[in-house]
Amino acid sequence: MSSPLLQVDDLHVRFATEDGIVNAVNGISFSVGPGEMLGIVGESGSGKSVSMLTVMGLTRAANSDIAGSVRFQGRDLLSASDEDLRRVRGDDIAMIFQDPLSSLHPFYRVGAQIVEAIQAHRDVPDSAARERVVELFGLVGIPDPRQRIDAYPHELSGGMRQRVMIAMALANEPKLLIADEPTTALDVTVQSQILDLIARLQRELGMGVVLITHDLGVVAEVTEQIAVMYAGKIVEHASTQKIFAAPEHPYTWGLLQSIPRLDRGRDEPLVPIPGLPPSLINLPSGCSFHPRCPYVRPPHRRVEPELEPLADDPSHRVACLLDSATRRRIWADLQAGLGPQAARAKAKLGESV
Amino acid sequence: MTEALVEVRNLVKHFPLTRGIVFQRQVGAVHAVDDVSFDVLRGETLGIVGETGCGKTTTARLITRLLEPTSGTISFDGEDITHRRKGALKPLRREMQMIFQDPYSSLNPRKTVGAIIGEPFAIHGGADGGDRRRAVQELMEQVGLNPEHYNRYPHEFSGGQRQRIGVARAVALKPKMIIADEPVSALDVSIQAQILNLLRDLQRDLGLTLILIAHDLSVVRHMCDRIAVMYLGKIVELAPNDALYAHPRHPYTGALLSAVPVPNPGLAAQRRRQPPPGDVPSPTNPPPACRFHPRCPKVQEICRQEEPPLEPKGGGSIAACHFPLTREEAEERVASAAG
Repeated sequence: MSSPLLQVDDLHVRFATEDGIVNAVNGISFSVGPGEMLGIVGESGSGKSVSMLTVMGLTRAANSDIAGSVRFQGRDLLSASDEDLRRVRGDDIAMIFQDPLSSLHPFYRVGAQIVEAIQAHRDVPDSAARERVVELFGLVGIPDPRQRIDAYPHELSGGMRQRVMIAMALANEPKLLIADEPTTALDVTVQSQILDLIARLQRELGMGVVLITHDLGVVAEVTEQIAVMYAGKIVEHASTQKIFAAPEHPYTWGLLQSIPRLDRGRDEPLVPIPGLPPSLINLPSGCSFHPRCPYVRPPHRRVEPELEPLADDPSHRVACLLDSATRRRIWADLQAGLGPQAARAKAKLGESV
Repeated sequence: MTEALVEVRNLVKHFPLTRGIVFQRQVGAVHAVDDVSFDVLRGETLGIVGETGCGKTTTARLITRLLEPTSGTISFDGEDITHRRKGALKPLRREMQMIFQDPYSSLNPRKTVGAIIGEPFAIHGGADGGDRRRAVQELMEQVGLNPEHYNRYPHEFSGGQRQRIGVARAVALKPKMIIADEPVSALDVSIQAQILNLLRDLQRDLGLTLILIAHDLSVVRHMCDRIAVMYLGKIVELAPNDALYAHPRHPYTGALLSAVPVPNPGLAAQRRRQPPPGDVPSPTNPPPACRFHPRCPKVQEICRQEEPPLEPKGGGSIAACHFPLTREEAEERVASAAG
């Protein structure tokens, strides 16, 4: 097995604010190898973006407190100087953001912005850099690259702008691409084009990719591994196949059952997850999901579950205090159409609390 | 009493583009809605789907008379409301309410929840004083809010709860129809289901007619009886739910359905997503004849010459296409929708 590109261990990120300490990321570990695509799924406030911004060194601030380790090709990024980080960012690791309009400078032509990104890392003459931009535009499927390179961001559609952002991210042939909700602001047909593009580039260029999204459909289409985050922690981490076919965390079940799906009958009821995501200032004790979990038992309010591998499949890790056999029975019952309360009763978890 | 609550005929809305400050002259127009006709039946949920700029929101605003149509007619409950004057619109608003996309900007931050939900009573008369408070608290309970939170402000609520406030305000006067414009797209995944279930329950309990505008085809499939697909200001297909998802007739509908990511890795591997190439053309200068022809995989010469009429294509579907998708072509695109 090749050594991972990115290795994150027990990462914690906290921010001191007027209201108190925000526990944005609470001990997450994962790795991404070359040519791998990891999906990080979670709702707003689950820490998915903050953790990747921290990898890029973008959460360094007077009020932030970062602990743990982030290694890129064996090099520690958390202790790297700002200068060193700048060399890595945009060169070895590149990032694309959700909103391409606010990530591009409105006053500069898009070509010039990418030339700048190239010249920040490589000593190449303007003409060669421009040629590279034309080549990149071709690669990401922008028609008439020679004309478009002189366009201003407002002259391009949302999909084209996102392609420009991707071209910029690829300008220096990064080894790792972090895509933070890259298609959320786009229409579904454009989203489909952009996902295909990212998947194709990943294969052709052998990049590692981290895809952050709240959309389970998106990760199902393109990723191989998925980490599900809740309240700053990874609650389940497995192959994409497993997450959808044999999920073992109640939060993952909740997500899967609460979305309307085209591949299911239209009358299948949606089962919402009750309640609200927790405040990151006052995290619930024990398992952070316990206030919303239909299968909670008294000890779950005190004991914090660890992300542990399953006995029969070490690549599938789950942070849940129920034992695996019970979880599998409950999931089977849910699949068979039982509601969460009925599944709870059948699993003999005692009175609901 | 007719079966249709709303009848829309040949509705057009052009937004003029002007140049010059003192002497304005029109240099063109955005063809936001271009010759759209459809009925909304009593008690049904009609979905309007399409991508950004297809005219779905403009259509909703024309029906509610928040915008003045360029031409065409709209009738509501048997009455022509196309050119009703401002003063005469008030009784109409009672019957027709909207739920907006953004629960953050659609609630006045300086009013309490009680005042926001009570506002319709204040405007249209009805419950006063203690009665109003009771009515509002009943509404809050009905939409799943804690009635004790009557005096709280919108910022004290989460996005999903705010959307519930918007729903309570919309149903306060027991309208005949509600138009929900992207009611869940600003919400977290785990909260979306709560709001969708709420809308479904209220519709059933109150016998509401619902127009649901959304870009998410999975949401529309879950909620709607019939669905209109819009592209560049026109309805390209209008079909009963099952017909649309089992056998889309218009190639654009097929393309939209094939582009929807499905949370099922097995299917994702089997199926070939085929989004239409390129971008949606500008509505200022839409392509002649069939507006989808520059991106259509089945395009023929006639599609560039003649606009296809919206006509029955079997299975209860009507579509505007010279060469509708065959069953095989449909299955190839929407393998996901089988079931």
